[in-house]
Amino acid sequence: MNARRTTALVATASIAVLGSTALAACGSDSGSGDGGDGITVGIKFDQPGLGLKEGSKYTGFDVDVATYVAKQMGYDEDQITWKQTPSPQREQMLQAGQVDMIFATYSITDERKQKVDFAGPYFIAGQDLLVRSDDSSITGVDSLKGKKLCSVKGSTSARNVKEDVPGVNLQEYDTYSKCAEALANGAVDALTTDNTILAGYAAQPAYKGKLKVVGKTFSEEIYGVGIKKGDKDRCTKINDALKKMIDDGAWQKAVDANFGPAGFKVDTKVNPPKPGGSC
Amino acid sequence: MGELFSQFNILGAFWVTIQLTFFAAIGALVIGTVVAVMRVSPVPILRGFGTSYVNVFRNTPLTVIMVFTSLGLWQTLGLVLADEQSQHFFKDNNFRLAIVALAVYHASFVCESLRSGINTVQPGQAEAARSIGLTFLQNIRYVVLPQAFRGAVTPLGNTLIALIKNTTVASVIGVAEASFVMADMLDARADVLFLIFIIFAIGFVILTLPVGLLISAVSERLAVKR
Repeated sequence: MNARRTTALVATASIAVLGSTALAACGSDSGSGDGGDGITVGIKFDQPGLGLKEGSKYTGFDVDVATYVAKQMGYDEDQITWKQTPSPQREQMLQAGQVDMIFATYSITDERKQKVDFAGPYFIAGQDLLVRSDDSSITGVDSLKGKKLCSVKGSTSARNVKEDVPGVNLQEYDTYSKCAEALANGAVDALTTDNTILAGYAAQPAYKGKLKVVGKTFSEEIYGVGIKKGDKDRCTKINDALKKMIDDGAWQKAVDANFGPAGFKVDTKVNPPKPGGSC
Repeated sequence: MGELFSQFNILGAFWVTIQLTFFAAIGALVIGTVVAVMRVSPVPILRGFGTSYVNVFRNTPLTVIMVFTSLGLWQTLGLVLADEQSQHFFKDNNFRLAIVALAVYHASFVCESLRSGINTVQPGQAEAARSIGLTFLQNIRYVVLPQAFRGAVTPLGNTLIALIKNTTVASVIGVAEASFVMADMLDARADVLFLIFIIFAIGFVILTLPVGLLISAVSERLAVKR
């Protein structure tokens, strides 16, 4: 009896462990079916202003857009299951059917298109710089010579800036929070990544008024909605929903609500984008 | 696969891993030996210091020590280990801070391995040394430690293998070693996720397996025959 209970416990524990490692490609979670009981949406859990988990609440621009799109597809807010999709695992999780669609600052690139399809885009961001409010010496990517820069290891932004500014003095941490801290205490002079993410940090209570976004982008990141390859039907549905969101003003509202507090100006030359390019 | 190797500096990353291991191993061996001697010394204060050192560093997660060297020692306390005007300031500074963290952490394990080695030396040896008038340090230097090292080859080797794998923690403060480049590759080429994992897994096996075999061979050769 006792032995059997132990075995059962071990089995349960190992299932739990397997389930939580998103790498287990065989783990097919519930919620992959269309219509009916619900939809699983992949977002980031750790990016203020975009996708942030605060207790049991989810906030941010990605979350607002995803909620609107899901509603147009016939899912109420309580039918949405939010799931964390860290950058390296996004393609894998879509292919394995662990998530139905991904709104996670997911830039459309050719490499990714080979594995998954993209609906959208729903936002055009760009790489920018975050500096201390009293620092006027950095006005853009050209004034970075001799400055100390910070970004996150293994990010597109870090690779971009290494190409754009050869020989730049770049500190790479594992999280943007460490960079923001280093920037605030003067150990580095600028933090670089997508302007949307920077705006989120500039608006955080701890850094409000101390940090500012420079506002001169030097790359174009086209945020799309990741879906399983070949799902034309869902792709069209998402695009229709995004078009409707932009037309009826809900898109602008979401932008104002999430990026407004940081004083972040959306580049209106490219935004709002026209969804429907990729399917 | 060849394309991955030309796109990313995988071999360079493993070279940084090897360098980290080399310098951190020397640092850990020196600090660990000193702490071990303290722990067996006749002076209570030194013994207390040695015990505290081991308990503090052995029980603190390496990531915490690593992040502390960057946020605490460098950013807050202003400890700079490289030329601040240099183009490679971050690269050099992070590399050296990582060595400090790795050495300090693994020194506690080296100390305990050595202490187990000291326990293999028969008490009669130390007593005989004392009876012919050797001081404590002479006793340790000429009689106990040479035999202790020979008895501690296996646990020291285990620590070395752990150290090789623990160098991956240095990536959190931006040292471009193997796991750092792996994170970069995973982000850029998520389409070949498993291939990247396998490359790095094999890379580490290539580093650690020979160390393990060597340790087994050496420990048998050097063991004190009694």
